[in-house]
Amino acid sequence: MAVKVRIPTPLQRITNGQGEVACEGKTVSDLLTDLERRYPGIRERICDETGKLRRFVNVFVNEEDIRFLQGDQTPLKDGDDVSIIPAIAGGA
Amino acid sequence: MSYMIGLKCRECGRVYPKEVVFVCEYCFGSVEVDYDYDAIKRVLTKAALASRPKSLWRYRELLPIDGEPTVGFFSGFTPFFRSERLAEALGVRELYIKDDSVSHPTLSFKDRVVSIALTRAKELGFDTVACASTGNLANSVAALSAWAGLKRYIFIPADLEMGKIVGSLIYDPTLVAVEGTYDEVNRLCAEIGAKYPWAFVNINIRPYYAEGSKTYGYEIAEQMGWKAPQHIVVPAAGGSLVTKIGKALKELKCLGLISEARTKLYVAQASGCAPIATAIKDRSDIVKPVKPNTIAKSLAIGNPADGYYATKAVLESGGWAESATDDEIIEAMKLLAHDRAGRDPARRVHRALHHRQRAQDPGAHHGPAGEGRADQADAGRIRAESRASAQRRRGQTPHLRGLTPLEEERTWL
Repeated sequence: MAVKVRIPTPLQRITNGQGEVACEGKTVSDLLTDLERRYPGIRERICDETGKLRRFVNVFVNEEDIRFLQGDQTPLKDGDDVSIIPAIAGGA
Repeated sequence: MSYMIGLKCRECGRVYPKEVVFVCEYCFGSVEVDYDYDAIKRVLTKAALASRPKSLWRYRELLPIDGEPTVGFFSGFTPFFRSERLAEALGVRELYIKDDSVSHPTLSFKDRVVSIALTRAKELGFDTVACASTGNLANSVAALSAWAGLKRYIFIPADLEMGKIVGSLIYDPTLVAVEGTYDEVNRLCAEIGAKYPWAFVNINIRPYYAEGSKTYGYEIAEQMGWKAPQHIVVPAAGGSLVTKIGKALKELKCLGLISEARTKLYVAQASGCAPIATAIKDRSDIVKPVKPNTIAKSLAIGNPADGYYATKAVLESGGWAESATDDEIIEAMKLLAHDRAGRDPARRVHRALHHRQRAQDPGAHHGPAGEGRADQADAGRIRAESRASAQRRRGQTPHLRGLTPLEEERTWL
């Protein structure tokens, strides 16, 4: 089950410069585990020492922030787009 | 001479060179400009400031540029005046308004942040600037980038008020209207930001841009005679302004320009979009995003970038927050229209807050209070012109009742 993951610039060094990578997982949490398997060291940049998403990281599944869905237990299906985005952006 | 040392993560303390870095590469925390305050203290004196032009650049040493300013020479140093009639209506002894609705050139406080951002963008070698905006920032980026000779791309929600869109289009930017909320526009810009060699003022050069809001705080203190007010009420969207006002007052105290910085900070939001106010009232450091639904579109940011820092700044100061319903905002618009100070919904939100807090805590706003304004629109000009023309028809000289004579003239600048 392939899910496209958009990688923010600060993490692209870990993904060998790739802005988009393909991963697998039934949930966002599973996806992060697979991401770590493929690109060691990336999970600790996205999650804190307790395993929770860092305060300043936003994750979207397709067009929705996962905080409006089921958090890291948000289910994924084949073809979904996941975006990892720094929270510190904007201010109209 | 530059007094900017570099950038520093507010969370983990990692340091970065003063380049295009907007989040900590390790923890995604916000990076902030670090200054050499000891060196600044030696040159930034009240006497030195007194001789400088009245623009935001008078605080040059505390702003994040290396060379000389390139835009915004007439921005900032907006009127600060006592409003006796509004104070009376709200049951407050002493109340002041810091009025950025006459900010040069686009009538909003965004001229402050954009002046800094564009000057820094040029220093960093950009020839193109961009932004995600609910309107006021769009106008300011469009105008000041035209002045600076920079190419410009403006991203806005497609349902933005036509008045604000026209205010940008007159400067001939590439304007991209996105079907979605501001938060969705912002997300789009955050994702495409790295794909283009553009300076997105509120994304990849945000650490420099955001520092411009400090000038609002510096001016309040200077215009009060180098004192910090007891309370400052600030409308909040992304949460940066209130955070930077707090920082500005602490810097002035650190530099010895004011003796105390014990100002209580208050945040006002619309009930239909109040993630920061909710976190403050819950005394929580978790700012839960919301889907905005309010007439105060300039404040309609459901996922505020600086929500965490704004909440922290307010609670640490001993301040508080409130939200106003759209009906309350409309009532506050009428009150302020009666007080002759403007008609933009975003500006009415903190007026409604004053009313509600006064009812809950009659002693809460005694003493000097500055009023921050995040959103200023054309309405300010419209009401000033209509007021003046009505008075002229009656054969009167235009004036503002309720303001002290000393400040009256400047209010009309």
